[in-house]
Amino acid sequence: MTPSLASAARRCCLALVVFAACAPAWALDAAQARAIATGDNDARIAALQDAVTRGDPGVATFAQALLDDAVKTSATGVFVVRDDKAVDAVTGQPAKLPDDAEDVSNNNRMRGALEAALSGLRLLSPELPVRRGAVDDLAKGDVDPAMLPLVDKALARETDATLKSRLGRLKAAAQVASPDRAQRLQAIQALSHSGEPAVRALLQARLAPDAESDPELRAQLATAVAQVDGRLAWGERLGVLFTGASLGSILLLVALGLAITYGLMGVINMAHGELMMIGAYTTWGVQNLFRHFAPGWFDAYIVLAIPASFLVAAAVGAVLERGVIRFLYGRPLETLLATWGISLVLMQAVRSLFGAQNVEVENPSWMSGGIAVASNLVLPWNRLAIIAFAAIVLLGTYLLINRTRLGLFVRGVTQNRRMASCTGIDTVRVDTLAFALGAGIAGMAGCALSQVGNVGPDLGQSYIVDSFMVVVLGGVGQIAGTVLAALGLGLMNKALEGVAGAVLAKIFVLVFIVVFIQKRPQGLFALKGRSAES
Amino acid sequence: MSPESPVRLLPESRRGLLLGVRGWSVVIGAVAIVALVVPLLNLAVPAGNPLHLGDWGVALVAKIMCYAMCALAMDLIWGYTGILSLGHGLYFALGGYAMGMYLMRQIGRDGNYRSELPDFMVFLDWKALPWTWGGSASFAFQMLLVVAVPGVLSAVFGWFAFRSRIKGVYFSIITQALTYAGMLLFFRNETGFGGNNGFTDFKRILDVPVAAPSTRMVLFVITGLTLIAFYLLARAVVNSKFGRVLRAIRDAETRVMFTGYDPLKYKLSIWVLSAVMCGIAGALYVPQVGIINPSEMSPAASIEMAIWAAVGGRGTLVGPIVGAFFVNGAKSWFTQAFPEFWLYFLGALFIAVTLFLPRGIMGLADRFRKKGVEVRE
Repeated sequence: MTPSLASAARRCCLALVVFAACAPAWALDAAQARAIATGDNDARIAALQDAVTRGDPGVATFAQALLDDAVKTSATGVFVVRDDKAVDAVTGQPAKLPDDAEDVSNNNRMRGALEAALSGLRLLSPELPVRRGAVDDLAKGDVDPAMLPLVDKALARETDATLKSRLGRLKAAAQVASPDRAQRLQAIQALSHSGEPAVRALLQARLAPDAESDPELRAQLATAVAQVDGRLAWGERLGVLFTGASLGSILLLVALGLAITYGLMGVINMAHGELMMIGAYTTWGVQNLFRHFAPGWFDAYIVLAIPASFLVAAAVGAVLERGVIRFLYGRPLETLLATWGISLVLMQAVRSLFGAQNVEVENPSWMSGGIAVASNLVLPWNRLAIIAFAAIVLLGTYLLINRTRLGLFVRGVTQNRRMASCTGIDTVRVDTLAFALGAGIAGMAGCALSQVGNVGPDLGQSYIVDSFMVVVLGGVGQIAGTVLAALGLGLMNKALEGVAGAVLAKIFVLVFIVVFIQKRPQGLFALKGRSAES
Repeated sequence: MSPESPVRLLPESRRGLLLGVRGWSVVIGAVAIVALVVPLLNLAVPAGNPLHLGDWGVALVAKIMCYAMCALAMDLIWGYTGILSLGHGLYFALGGYAMGMYLMRQIGRDGNYRSELPDFMVFLDWKALPWTWGGSASFAFQMLLVVAVPGVLSAVFGWFAFRSRIKGVYFSIITQALTYAGMLLFFRNETGFGGNNGFTDFKRILDVPVAAPSTRMVLFVITGLTLIAFYLLARAVVNSKFGRVLRAIRDAETRVMFTGYDPLKYKLSIWVLSAVMCGIAGALYVPQVGIINPSEMSPAASIEMAIWAAVGGRGTLVGPIVGAFFVNGAKSWFTQAFPEFWLYFLGALFIAVTLFLPRGIMGLADRFRKKGVEVRE
């Protein structure tokens, strides 16, 4: 919706609400209506504000009519003309339009005043959502000091605690520019308790050389800014921590499967990103099935999508291992190229099947929204869900590797393939299963990514370099290394992003990794023993 | 571990000559075709004549010859030294950018904004050239950069990487990360190299119109002769004692170290040489193709270079050139005839070559030649 459409729609609703609220009340008197409709603009605005402040019912309807250019005046009265029917603006009774009636024209300044008056009047509406909307509107711009009496009145009447405190802040924001020193002082003190970015900007603006002249008040302002900053800084720090953890958990999901296959077979799977993409498309498919066959259960589609994406990606992975990668063991560089070829084919296949455009994966409704931790920090549910999901996948992988027979085999083959084979482990089967496991984890990562990002044929490409870096940094054969590297890189990326911007942050991280492996060529956690040289 | 067959060396007595009689005649023939036949067919033979060589074909071959230089450079480090780089596109692009900067300055006031500054700088509201453009008006200085920037960058990176003995896939994916970082950096407008649009709309080179048929032909001949020179250089390198140590490093690096050689020096020299070759290829590529942008640094572009070398046949010097022509010829045919199948073909090529043709087209040719005698695996 364009802003003008939106405001028009809002105005219509508003007119209805106001109309319903004060149905027969045409309590403007004739002199007032005439004063608002005619004369020079200053006088008209003064009269309008006077009427608004007194809270005369009917002002809203009249102001709306003025905004709609539906008001005509004549020597005998003021009329509202809608659909060719004239009513008396004061009594609301049908009236005959005199021949000498003239249109009332409103310039931009007048319109602005009318609109402000309307949104101010909404503050007094008995409906909570309307009042909330009005406060939102007011908070967007600067509060006109002329609105103060109205805000006061609304404040006295307001029952909702949050709205009341927000109104209090709005009032202070309006008063901070008041000519009365005592009022300014009071306002500054009231605002210093806030933790909102907008308030900080407002206080900062008052600190400009030409805004506040009183030195004592300037000092007060400075402390207030510092106080607000203190509160904001916590939100920001937490925010960086949270987005870092969120990115880290995604990297972990992406890199975990990669680390398993690399540790086991020394193979970097360039098609890993495309396995993620397959997982994301599977999620999309499951979502469509639910939408089509079980719309009532739509919010639960994710429960089925997770195992489905695991299984589909694992199956593709097993086929790849059996069909291609198996023949390239001992030739890791060739495997790199072959898996790159596979990734090209998979990408193009998805493009041919589902089109080159992104497909739309809708969050289950419980994943939209978030928890507001601070005024400048909201933790979205979908991000929280992914962090939790990454933790669960990690736990599952840990248990699988360390507590099951298959895990024992995988660890054995990772440490010493020949020796493991000599003790009777079917290394060929272990390879297939481990590769399928890595692919399946990639599929689940794709399912998670579908909840926060775009799902398209290029989905895998955007994460692949980052996830390689996690593997390089984390070292081989240790889940702990991968976890630490993923979270560390995620946090570092987001922390640097705040300072240097996204692209430079990424470059710094890459340079850091290149320097880091100078010190520890085997990554954070190297396998000890003789397996290092191969 | 390596599937390559031992490289056929010339007999001891003829090694100083670099090539045999047949080899030299092929080289001289190639020089003649590049420097005489193509210019004549393109410029002297009238357009209606069936022997006329179209501009389109000349441009395509020129472009592929630049790619062939990259494939040759890849082969030196991968085929002969066993180091797979997935980031040589970075050096190619850096060489291209160094040339592109000069070409941008040659536009002079003929840009859309009639300003002394390149158009994109006017668009970004910059008032002066950034320091990186200090010498960009001088052809000689920029040509120095074509060699120096890839050379220095590869030397620094290579020294760090080889010193800590990073090798195998580890090394490959770090080179990939490096070119990826370069791409991100050049995508930024603030970096001062045209952001994601890069450089284009070149008008002149050395004050002559860059698109004129004669200029294009001169560039073509220079490109062809450079390719032949690179081939001879590579030939000299791999036939020398130095080249034999490189192959030893490829086959058993640890053993080379224990024998008393320091692999760092050898690896670093060949690494820098191949980066510089790519830089020069990039510099020749830009005026002929008419555009350079950061997508040349994308990991996908670099990895394609590896497949040129692999398709033609690693460990041979003719192979990479053949491979570059085969893959890129196929690419220009596919993207016209069946655009949606190109990636299938390329992907299948990657898989098929690694699985079935470890020695590429050259290996295949060898096998046919030896049919009936005995195929040595």
